[in-house]
Amino acid sequence: MSIFADMYRALFFSFFRIGTFTIGGGYVMIPIMEEELVDKRKWLKRDEFLDLMSLSQAMPGVFAVNMATCVGRRVAGWRGVVCAIAGNIMMPIVIILLLAMVFRHFRGNAVVESIFMALRPAVVALIAAPVFRLAKSAKVSWRNCWIPVVAALLIWLFGVSPVWVILIAIAGGLVWGKLGRED
Amino acid sequence: MILLKLFFTFLKIGIFTFGGGYSMIALIQNEVVEKQGWMSAQEFTDILAISQMTPGPVGINTATYAGYTAVVNSGLPVWEGVVGSLLASLAVILLPVAAMLLVLRYLSHHKDNPLVEKVFQVLRLTVVGLIAAAALLLLTPESFGAPGLNKQFLVSVALFVAVFYLSWRHRTSPIYLIIGSAIVGLLVF
Repeated sequence: MSIFADMYRALFFSFFRIGTFTIGGGYVMIPIMEEELVDKRKWLKRDEFLDLMSLSQAMPGVFAVNMATCVGRRVAGWRGVVCAIAGNIMMPIVIILLLAMVFRHFRGNAVVESIFMALRPAVVALIAAPVFRLAKSAKVSWRNCWIPVVAALLIWLFGVSPVWVILIAIAGGLVWGKLGRED
Repeated sequence: MILLKLFFTFLKIGIFTFGGGYSMIALIQNEVVEKQGWMSAQEFTDILAISQMTPGPVGINTATYAGYTAVVNSGLPVWEGVVGSLLASLAVILLPVAAMLLVLRYLSHHKDNPLVEKVFQVLRLTVVGLIAAAALLLLTPESFGAPGLNKQFLVSVALFVAVFYLSWRHRTSPIYLIIGSAIVGLLVF
């Protein structure tokens, strides 16, 4: 019992650290996860870490939470999953809530407005940049680049919901897999 | 009623998010701005700015913030906004975690399935388009100012190019880019 209680606490605090001290999203968490889970706690070997990482990236949902699910289950079962996820998202939620409450009262304030006038184009650029990074890891080539282009145009110009685009992609992948064509 | 709707909306957003927080942005934007009209595109962009410079996964941060804003915008009290934000963050992880647990259980019995591998290959390609769409949908006068030779638009374009280049080529951390842009905003506007 006491060993398990220690495990739960360790999971909670490891993921608390991973969630609280990384800014800029799930992928920024990778190096700190590696340090915490592989080097410090020794819950995973390095190749296992890579396997779970690619699985967490491939599955739907938030990458960091998916990692917490994998590691939590492995170390201490479903209770471990709960501890790891709770640790991972607790501080981010508290901080966002506090900011959301405060920021509402400053909307329309001249200083805040001048800051956000500059932040808006910057944020659009921050979303555009990963497109090119991810294009590389998704192995976009001249033969398959029509897939991301058509997906983007359907959503942007034709107002198709991303949900449909994802569903069509899954169906397309299944058909391609069944036909067994090599690419 | 909006709380229930919020929960189911974010349940849907969660399970259709492939490829991390940035593709979730496209889904959240589609639901909360375009379909439900819970907030303006500009308000959503501000939420994205804050979600990227605070700690934690961007997907969770955006869900928390958008949940709060949607509820408070509809005229409900702050505490219901807090409930809304918690519901949105919980809903967004619920189905993916369940799916993850099922797959982990399956994988401990079976080896990699080639069919699943093909589906993920196509999904990875599609997600690149999804994120591009999120960025394209934000290329609006609300974010950049009215196009033309005016100060706001020119500064916006310059900031966009600089931040894009630094983030893409030098992988400069978003936190520095956001702080830098905020300082530019304070000095110029």
